[in-house]
Amino acid sequence: MLAAKAFLAILRRDLVVTGREFVPFLMQALMQPMFFLFIFGKVLPGIGLADPHLATLMLPGIVALTGMIAAMQGVTLPLVLDLGFAREIDDRLLAPLPVWCVVLEKVLFGAMRGAIASSVIFPLGRWILGDGFVVRPDRIPALIGMVILTALVGSTIGLLMGTIIKPEQISLMFTLIFTPLLFTGCTYYPWGALDNIRWFQILTLLNPLTYCSEGLRYAMVPPIGGRPFPTLPLDWILLALCVSVVVMFLAGNRTFYRRVVT
Amino acid sequence: MSAASAIRVSQLVKRYKTSKTNAVDGVSFEVSRGEIFGLLGPNGAGKTTTIGVLTTSILPTAGSAALMGVDIARDPIAAKRRIAVVPQQSNLDRSLKVREILTFHAAYHGISRKQREARASQLLGDLGLGDRQNEKVNRYSGGMAQRLMIARALMHEPDVLFLDEPTNNLDPQSRLFLWERIHELNAHGLTILLTTHDMDEADKLCHRIAIMDQGKILVNDTSAGLKKMIPDGTALEVRVHAGAEKREEIATALQAIPGVAKVEARDGDAESLTYRIQANSADTLIGPVAQAVLATGAEVRDLSVKQPSLEEVFISLTGRHLR
Repeated sequence: MLAAKAFLAILRRDLVVTGREFVPFLMQALMQPMFFLFIFGKVLPGIGLADPHLATLMLPGIVALTGMIAAMQGVTLPLVLDLGFAREIDDRLLAPLPVWCVVLEKVLFGAMRGAIASSVIFPLGRWILGDGFVVRPDRIPALIGMVILTALVGSTIGLLMGTIIKPEQISLMFTLIFTPLLFTGCTYYPWGALDNIRWFQILTLLNPLTYCSEGLRYAMVPPIGGRPFPTLPLDWILLALCVSVVVMFLAGNRTFYRRVVT
Repeated sequence: MSAASAIRVSQLVKRYKTSKTNAVDGVSFEVSRGEIFGLLGPNGAGKTTTIGVLTTSILPTAGSAALMGVDIARDPIAAKRRIAVVPQQSNLDRSLKVREILTFHAAYHGISRKQREARASQLLGDLGLGDRQNEKVNRYSGGMAQRLMIARALMHEPDVLFLDEPTNNLDPQSRLFLWERIHELNAHGLTILLTTHDMDEADKLCHRIAIMDQGKILVNDTSAGLKKMIPDGTALEVRVHAGAEKREEIATALQAIPGVAKVEARDGDAESLTYRIQANSADTLIGPVAQAVLATGAEVRDLSVKQPSLEEVFISLTGRHLR
């Protein structure tokens, strides 16, 4: 009971702090997807350099990437600073709740940020793409589920990163981890279209973002030419994402504990 | 363990993975409820590690530690409810405003909104932070941050307060302010364990002091008890108005007083001279010393008892200076 109260108070603390910086948070999360949507969804098809369907296929990838990165950033950066030198988290670690609850709060809070950032892509996409904004209306529950799952995948990866990275390594690690994550995650292309580059297709399966992008394509892309759009099978997607969340949480929780209790 | 103990540490050992020696090496001590207990020693003596074990952030390699009867390793959450920690360096939540730092801390401990607001107002007032409660801590000086950390520590009404080097880096005024608060809190029944490498601080604040060095507790006693450990440690200093011809006679008379171990003349000029008289309990010799001087026809200008400092105790125990 006391632990539950402490947990809610810690979550409230993070919400209050983020609430005060909500506009900067949105700008940080949305600047990149906004330009991606504009260039790839509007400019390139407009000058005949890309297929008009590209926007429809890319939108789910952008939703996935935005949610994942917003969730990761919400966890990784504060953790690196806190565990590195600020130790502001000490006050929460001295609260009467188990250490893993402090970790769980971080993950849930990060996921909230991710889910909010993902959700904002929809009105943004509608505004930028206009008629090019197409989302199938009959899989809304799946869509909501995938947005949440994607956010959890991002926040648990962020947890592991945040507990491993040292403050002085931040910029290097962001390049080493974010860049491959970004480009091997089937964000800008559907997985099925990689048949011709088999080795790369297999490589993308190692990236959790691939399953997020494909899952969101399953929920968002309407049938094209009367045929449902092919994605990775949904049960494999769910399995991969759940495994990622659980494994990253357990690993991150372990490294976190080692950092705060010696 | 007696019911009155607030802290009981038994054969505590901590060895960090990367280290070849024990940071804490078989330490045992007990702190009674309502006591101010000091761990005194140089940097690296194992004080902060001992506090870490007692405040759940460090797991002991061996031995045990209990707090208000709760085994800390077995039930860290129960221990956390009863303690508060003021660390060496600020770990204040810089994303929150000053008042919120207090109210959120209380919320983490399950205290109701009404109570936490009332308590925050009271503590901000008591610690002289009321005017700046809606600022963030970035603009706070070291002394104010320290006071705020103490206010935060008191929000959930702990049984035991841990202060790790509380006055390190504080200006003299803030230090005095803090000492007064510590006495006040203790007067209200709070048990306090503090670490320090400042002899004066340990002497002024602590009921009992354990001197630590290289992971071990060398001695554990009251300040007065520790000072008695130095043989013939107390001294009387008497300044005498006398010409050169009388000085030898006075020294002989002083040396003849029963209980006097050694007489030393120092700081002389043409008119007066100071004698330092070492004895086991010099304070009992004030009368005889004055009489002996007067009997030679000389005048006593000043007479004072000199206690040995804790610094001298430390040096006599370790052969080294503290800093």
